[in-house]
Amino acid sequence: MDSIAKKLQQRSLSARIERRGKLVTQCLTLLIVLLVLVIFAFIATKGVAVFTKDRGNLWTFFTGSTWSPDKLDIHRRPLIGALPMIVGSFSVTLLAVLLATPFALAAAIFMTEIAPKKGQQILQPVIELLVGIPSVVYGFIGLGVVVPFVQKLVGGSGFGIFAGALVLFVMILPTITSMTVDALKAVPRYYREASLALGATQWQTIYKVVLRAGTPGIMTAIIFGMSRAFGEALAVQMVIGNAILMPSSLASPSTTLTSVLTMNMGNTIMKTTANNALWSLALLLLIMALFFNIVVKYIARKGEL
Amino acid sequence: MKKLMQYLGVLGVGLLILSGCAKSPGSKEQTITAVGSSALQPLVEAAGENYNQIHPNAFVTVQGGGSGTGLSQIQQGAVAIGNSDVFAEQKKGIKAQNLIDHKVCVVAVVPVVNKQVAIKNLSLSQLQAIFAGEITNWREVGGPNLQISLVNRAQGSGTRTVFEQQVMQGRTSKRAPEQDSSGMVRQIVKKTPGAISYVALPYLSSDLKPLTVDHVAVTAKNVQNNRWKIWSYEHMYTTKNLNQLTKDFIRYLLSDKFQQNEVRKMRYIPIKAMRYQQNAQGQTTKL
Repeated sequence: MDSIAKKLQQRSLSARIERRGKLVTQCLTLLIVLLVLVIFAFIATKGVAVFTKDRGNLWTFFTGSTWSPDKLDIHRRPLIGALPMIVGSFSVTLLAVLLATPFALAAAIFMTEIAPKKGQQILQPVIELLVGIPSVVYGFIGLGVVVPFVQKLVGGSGFGIFAGALVLFVMILPTITSMTVDALKAVPRYYREASLALGATQWQTIYKVVLRAGTPGIMTAIIFGMSRAFGEALAVQMVIGNAILMPSSLASPSTTLTSVLTMNMGNTIMKTTANNALWSLALLLLIMALFFNIVVKYIARKGEL
Repeated sequence: MKKLMQYLGVLGVGLLILSGCAKSPGSKEQTITAVGSSALQPLVEAAGENYNQIHPNAFVTVQGGGSGTGLSQIQQGAVAIGNSDVFAEQKKGIKAQNLIDHKVCVVAVVPVVNKQVAIKNLSLSQLQAIFAGEITNWREVGGPNLQISLVNRAQGSGTRTVFEQQVMQGRTSKRAPEQDSSGMVRQIVKKTPGAISYVALPYLSSDLKPLTVDHVAVTAKNVQNNRWKIWSYEHMYTTKNLNQLTKDFIRYLLSDKFQQNEVRKMRYIPIKAMRYQQNAQGQTTKL
């Protein structure tokens, strides 16, 4: 009697395993959260050093266009005008997204609405292939094909925002496409059926029903694409020219936050003003990534309602 | 689940055995790392390979990353050797008095242009004016009617520091496209009509066109006699308590045999051949 009661009160083997599993996952999740917090704290402390320790001016950081953190201006503040890179980063990103979105939408519609089976069979592997290509390859193609093409098209050296945007366009196309496909697939079947039953044509259904219903998902896809474009370093660095100048046209050499970071990190000494200034660029990139994530979360939540 | 655990177990044991093998007792393997200057990198790599052939247990790992990286890594004591094209005194944030400077050879930096530019020679002042942005068309220096497009190395790169010190002589250079490696510079100058840049001599290849400056060509002899003025030492910095392998390796690099063969073959200039010397302030005097 007693042994039966004991057995009944004891945790069963599966419950124990479950408990252990839960503990392990919780610990690991906590570790990841901690890791993210530590990284954030690290970059934040390093990133503000140029303003707190080296008397850098936050206003000139966002509005100045002279970047020579080694040198001081007349007020003995370091020259840390990051505007050219900020403008470069944003224009490359926006242009790439503007170019990629129509193509991505078309591909996704083809894959889910117009010829689902064929579309999936042909386009899916093609797009998956695009994701697998390393960015240095994109950079080389950009250098060998895109830059000379821009050179012929608009003149100049060919290096610049336009070349960067063209390379990024190919790189973010798969991201936007596959996420748009997911968004369109999530639109319930009966929406389409109802629309067709009301006498709408297929195109009317796609345009007025499916795309509308999928809008939050599509927006999320676009913003994910933006965030990818914003953070891409190597491929852009190879084709943008890396001149810390305010871009005067789409084909004039300019630069992005990421390429300034990757080019100069190795040449600066830790804890000097030049190094701290680079960390402030890194902090800006991190904040932007965070911003994109928050926007995605916000849109996703709005989509649920 | 059970099977997975078994697999993991086997994997773990396997790794243990493997790592055990790697550190089998008896062999006294030694490894040092040299990091920094990309201009010096090919020579150190060659030296490391040769040294390993003579001393099979000694390995020298070589990495680029730029002179700044070399200096900052050696200052932190993270590596055995920090390679640099510039004096440690020239780099902000480096405490030069804590480091030992081993000058292993001299490297010349040469201006290069795209092959379409039908120009062979520039005077030093013309070169200055081009990189300062005052001359913007090749026509102004007797070349074709073609826009000049400048390509610079990244701020703080050793090659750029040398070029600015010897050519610009304190004048600020125009903001221009920057590249972070000699390889990229080569690629871009090759492809862009009207492009001008500069590379360390070991990186000069047949698809670039080197210029003479004031009708002096870049040859070992001209550098030795300081007729070609755009040169710098290649420094290998170490901390004050360097280990035996580091000491031996640098001695090997400085040996007459290596200097006369490898160093010359790779188009560096042996340190003993120099008739002139340079100090950290960039002043050059006759020896």
